Amino acid sequence: MTNNQPIEKFSYDNNIVKWFAYATILWGIVGMTVGLWVALDLVWPQLNLGLDFTTFGRTRPLHTNAVIFAFVGNGIFMGVYYSLQRLCKTRMFSDKLSWIHFWGWQLIIVAAALTIPLGFTTGKEYAELEWPIDIAIAGIWVVFGWNMFGTILKRRERHLYVAIWFYIATFVTVAMLHIVNSFEIPVTLFKSYSWYAGVQDALVQWWYGHNAVAFFLTTPYLGIMYYFVPKVANRPVYSYRLSIIHFWALIFLYIWAGPHHLLYTSLPDWAQSLGVVFSVMLIAPSWGGMINGLLTLRGVWDKVREDVVLKFMVVAITAYGMATFEGPLLSLKSVNAIAHFTDWIVAHVHVGALGWNGFLTFGILYWIIPKMFRTELYSKRLANMHFWLGTLGILFYAIPMYWAGFAQSLMWKDFNDDGTLANKFLETVTEIMPMYALRGLGGLLYLVGVIMMTYNIIKTVKMGSFLANEEAEAPALAKTYAIHGKEHWHRWIERRPVQMLVLSLVMVLIGGIIEFVPTFLIQSNVPTIASVKPYTPLELEGRDIYIKEGCYTCHSQMVRPFRSETARYGEYSKAGEFVYDHPFQWGSKRTGPDLHRLGGKYNHSWHYNHMLDPTSMSPGSIMPEYPWLFERKVDLDITGKKIKAMITLGVPYPAGYENQAAADAMKQGQEIVDQLRKEKVQEVYPLAADDEIVALIAYLQRIGTDIKAKPQTAQK
Amino acid sequence: MKFINYLTSISGIGIFPLISLLIFFIFFVVLFWYVMRADKIHMNNLAAMPVNENQDNSKPISKQ
Repeated sequence: MTNNQPIEKFSYDNNIVKWFAYATILWGIVGMTVGLWVALDLVWPQLNLGLDFTTFGRTRPLHTNAVIFAFVGNGIFMGVYYSLQRLCKTRMFSDKLSWIHFWGWQLIIVAAALTIPLGFTTGKEYAELEWPIDIAIAGIWVVFGWNMFGTILKRRERHLYVAIWFYIATFVTVAMLHIVNSFEIPVTLFKSYSWYAGVQDALVQWWYGHNAVAFFLTTPYLGIMYYFVPKVANRPVYSYRLSIIHFWALIFLYIWAGPHHLLYTSLPDWAQSLGVVFSVMLIAPSWGGMINGLLTLRGVWDKVREDVVLKFMVVAITAYGMATFEGPLLSLKSVNAIAHFTDWIVAHVHVGALGWNGFLTFGILYWIIPKMFRTELYSKRLANMHFWLGTLGILFYAIPMYWAGFAQSLMWKDFNDDGTLANKFLETVTEIMPMYALRGLGGLLYLVGVIMMTYNIIKTVKMGSFLANEEAEAPALAKTYAIHGKEHWHRWIERRPVQMLVLSLVMVLIGGIIEFVPTFLIQSNVPTIASVKPYTPLELEGRDIYIKEGCYTCHSQMVRPFRSETARYGEYSKAGEFVYDHPFQWGSKRTGPDLHRLGGKYNHSWHYNHMLDPTSMSPGSIMPEYPWLFERKVDLDITGKKIKAMITLGVPYPAGYENQAAADAMKQGQEIVDQLRKEKVQEVYPLAADDEIVALIAYLQRIGTDIKAKPQTAQK
Repeated sequence: MKFINYLTSISGIGIFPLISLLIFFIFFVVLFWYVMRADKIHMNNLAAMPVNENQDNSKPISKQ
C-alpha cells in the first residue's frame, strides 16, 4: 500500500525501555526476596528479628508494594514504552518526560521502601503509602499519561491497535482509583486518616484493591500480551473482533467486582450480590482474552517447544486463565465461605502474580534484551532451566497453599458431637506449618530462577552492542482522512485516543457510581447503633499503633454470621459498629484469629505478656514479639490534632475536645497502669501512662465492646 | 464533614444509576452489532498490526 505523504525518518528510544527493564529486574529480586523472607517468618518467627522495622506486619506490605508497584510497575512501563512507539510509528513524545517518569517512579519506590518499614502507613492494603507519596504517585502518573498521549497524538498510524486501548484504560482507571481511594486528611507529614469510615471505607478500599488487580496487574499486561505474543510468534492476533469485545466487556465488568472481597461481611447484601453477579460474568471476557492469546499461537505450536520466550508466554496466559477461572469461583458465596481469610486466597493471587505477571515479564525480557543489544541470548539452556525452575516454584507455592487454606478452613468449621468447636485457633495454625515450609521452598525455586535470568541477561548485555536509537521510517499521517462510504461509530473511536479515554472512563465510572451512591446515601444501609461511641484519645492512639504495626496483615476484625465464627469469637459484626473507624481494619487474612470481639476477653496483664512474648500466653504461637512497645512513648502532643482531624471527618467529639484529649489519655493510661500493677505484671520497663503498650491495651480492650452494652443474640 | 454531604448536594443523583444502566445496555448492544458486521479484511489487517510494523496503515483499508 502506498501513501502520498512523504516518508519520514525517525528513531525509537530504546534507552528508556532498557532502563525500565533493568528496574523491573532489580525490584523483582528485591520484592521476591522480601516475599521469601515474610513466607519464612511464618515458619521461623525468630526471622522477625525482634525489630520493629523487620516484623511481618511491616515487611509483608513491603513485599506486596514492591512486587506490584516496583516489579510489575516497571514491567508495564518497559512493555508500554517499547510497544507504543512501534504501534504508533513514532518516538516517545518527549525524552525528558520519559526520564522524569522513570526517575520519579524509582524515587517513589525508594520512598515506599523507607516509609513502610518505618511504620508510616495508611493501614489500607495495597494503598499503604502515606499522603505525600500518594501525591507524588498522582504527579508521576500524570507525567506517564502526558507522555503516552503526546506519543499517540503525534503517531504515524491512523488506527489505534487494541493494545493501546488497554494502555489508555489503564492510565485513566488507575488515576481514578488512586485518587478516590487516597482521600485522606493529613495530621502530620506522615500520618493521615482515611476520609471514609467503616463500611464505606471498606467498599472504596476493595473497589480500589480489586481494580488495582484489574487495571495494574491485568489490563496493561493484556495490552502487552496483545502486542508481544503476535510479535514473538510472528502471527496475527487470532481474532480482532474478540479483542474488541474482550476490551470493553473486561473494563466494564471488572469495576463492579470489588465487593466479592467483602462477602458475608457487614457490607449491605445487595452490594455483595452485585459483586458476585459481575464476578461470575467476568469469566467471559477473561477467558475470551486467554483464548485469543493462546489461539494466536495456532499453527506455530512447534515453535513453543523450541522457543523459551513462547514457553514463558504460554504458561503466563494459562496462569491468567486459571486465575480468572478461580476468581469467579471464589466469588460464589458458598465457596467464599470456605476460602475467605485463608491461604487459598494467597495461592490464588500468586498464580496470577508468579504465573501471569512474572512469566510474561520474563518472556518479554528474554526477547527484548537480545533484540535491543543486537545479539543472541547468552544461554538458552539457562533460560530453559529458569522456565522449569519457575514453573516448579509456582507449583510448590500454590499447591501447599491450597492445601493449607482448605485444611485450615475445615478445621475452623469443625464441631464436636456436643456442639463445641473441635479445634483451638492455634491448632489450625500449627497444623499447616509444613505447608508454609513447602511454600517457602516454592518461593525459593522461583527466586533462584529469577537470579539465573539476571545472570543470563547481564552476560547477554556484555556480549551485545546496544542500539539506543533504532532507526525507522514511515509516511506522515495525512491531515485529512477520507472516509470511504458509511462508517461505524466504533471505527471512528478506534482512531480517537481522547474520546477513547473518555468512553473508558464512563465505562468504569458506571459500576462505581451504582455501588457507591446508595451505600453512601441510604441511611438504612449502615444502621446506626446508639451504644457505639467514638474512641477515647488513648484508644485512638492505640488504634494508630495497631495500624502502624500492620496487625491487619494477620488479624481480621470481622466476625461473619456463621455458627463456627460466632461460637469461636462471639456476636457477628454489624455495619453500625464501624462508623468511627477511619480507616476500617477488617483485614483480609487470618493468620491469627479474628479480633473484633477481643475487647474484655482477657485481662490487661494477658495482653501485656502476650505482646512481650506471644508464646508465653499461647505456646506455639507464630506471632512476632513487640518489645519496643514497652519502651516507647505515645506522642501526646499530636493527640489533639488527631481528635481535631476526626471531628473534621464527622466523628462526634464535643466541640473543643482536642484541647482536653491529651489529659484524658494520660488519665485513662494511668488507670490501665494501676490495673496492670494490681495484676502484678513483671515490668520489663517501669510502666508509664503514655507507654505505647498501654495505649495498645486500651484499644484492644475496646474493640467490639460497644454493642455489649446492650446484650444481643444471634437468633431472631 | 461527612462524605455523604458531598453526594446529597448533587441534585437528582437518584437517576444516576438508571442512566448508567442504560448507557451500559445500549453500548454493548451496539458494540456487538458492530463487531458482528465488521469488515473481515479490515479486521485481519488490524490483527496483523504488531507483525506488519512496516506496512503503511495510515490510509483507510478499502474492501478489495
